[in-house]
Amino acid sequence: MTNDKKNPLTLESEGWFHLSLHEITYTFGVDSSTIIEIVNEGIVSAQKDGSNEWQFDSEAFRRIRIVLRLQQDLGVNLAGAALALELLDEIEKLHKQG
Amino acid sequence: MEYKDYYKVMGLEKGASQEEIKRAYRKLARKYHPDVSKEANAENKFKEVGEAYEVLKDPAKRAKYDQFGQYWQEPSQAHQQQHHQQYTDDRGAADFEEFINSIFRHRQQQEQPFYEKGQDIHAKLTISLEDSFLGTQKTLQLQIPDSDAHGQLDYKLRSIKVKIPKGIEDKQQIRLKGQGGKGSAHHAGDLYIEILIAAHPMFRLHKKDVYLELPISPWEATLGATIQIPTLAGHVKLKIPKLSQSGKQMRLKGRGLPGQTPGDQIITLNIVIPQRDNEQVNKLYEQMAAIEEFNPREKLGVGNDQ
Repeated sequence: MTNDKKNPLTLESEGWFHLSLHEITYTFGVDSSTIIEIVNEGIVSAQKDGSNEWQFDSEAFRRIRIVLRLQQDLGVNLAGAALALELLDEIEKLHKQG
Repeated sequence: MEYKDYYKVMGLEKGASQEEIKRAYRKLARKYHPDVSKEANAENKFKEVGEAYEVLKDPAKRAKYDQFGQYWQEPSQAHQQQHHQQYTDDRGAADFEEFINSIFRHRQQQEQPFYEKGQDIHAKLTISLEDSFLGTQKTLQLQIPDSDAHGQLDYKLRSIKVKIPKGIEDKQQIRLKGQGGKGSAHHAGDLYIEILIAAHPMFRLHKKDVYLELPISPWEATLGATIQIPTLAGHVKLKIPKLSQSGKQMRLKGRGLPGQTPGDQIITLNIVIPQRDNEQVNKLYEQMAAIEEFNPREKLGVGNDQ
């Protein structure tokens, strides 16, 4: 492990972006059918753009990552992961009200 | 690296059966999964439990580990003992890190966590609400996967300075193109960072709106008042209307997080009374009780009688 000392630049980041189906599968290392299943389970709402391509936003990206991790780490199936996500949302909502 | 008692990590006795180990792991994995857990330090706990399970679930690795742990208390002695036993690992196992590496040696090539496939990197960063409001720069230390000349996977520590966009929301993702790992292919991966906004002592955040619970006195609530209140941009004056009830919400447009559509600051009034016994004040309250016909419990169907 080396420590990179030269570090002059401050990097700009994109706060808002959409990912295509291809980019999503690439970044999570899964095939497109896995992502389509997640969409079909109603876990994320992906929009289709003008050329009929799926578009995944920041929230969809976050939810897909959680679903994949829950599947991989805890062995839950899609419906289970969806349920966990909804309960997590609910807990957060309650916390915010409290 | 310090010696880690994997049995203790998993809350098990040394003689635990493979079934018990599996059960304990499943339970702890659910408890500490970073996406689900509300426990402090869940991520590290989850990794620790994963590491412990990786060793203990495999009887061969577990036997090796047990042998190592048996002599751990006195490392020099452990070294000798293992020579007597003609330990098959010829590097000796006096150092725990070396020992663990010997157990894990082939794992990296075999299985990688899914988020490292491709060369994209996923990271998390916690910032303060003020950081989001003002925009900020943060320096991140990242372990970047890198293939060496022999195609062997290696990790390099890289620090990068990132500009965090103003008005970023909790759990929003940001992307830095080309800042991921460099694989054998020409294409450099991207870096995705999930921004988490830490809880604030005064304000609560929902999307771009900032919530504040504002304590006011009974006379401010009754008579109305112009008072100073905190916002993310500093103190401002707020006019409380006459006869404001506890729970009343007021909105300061555009005082939330900045953005194309900036958020608002939403204020919830909360009437508080002084926690101090004051003879004079008590007299005034007694007068009020005598003058005002007021039943605050009318909707509960109970009268004012004692």
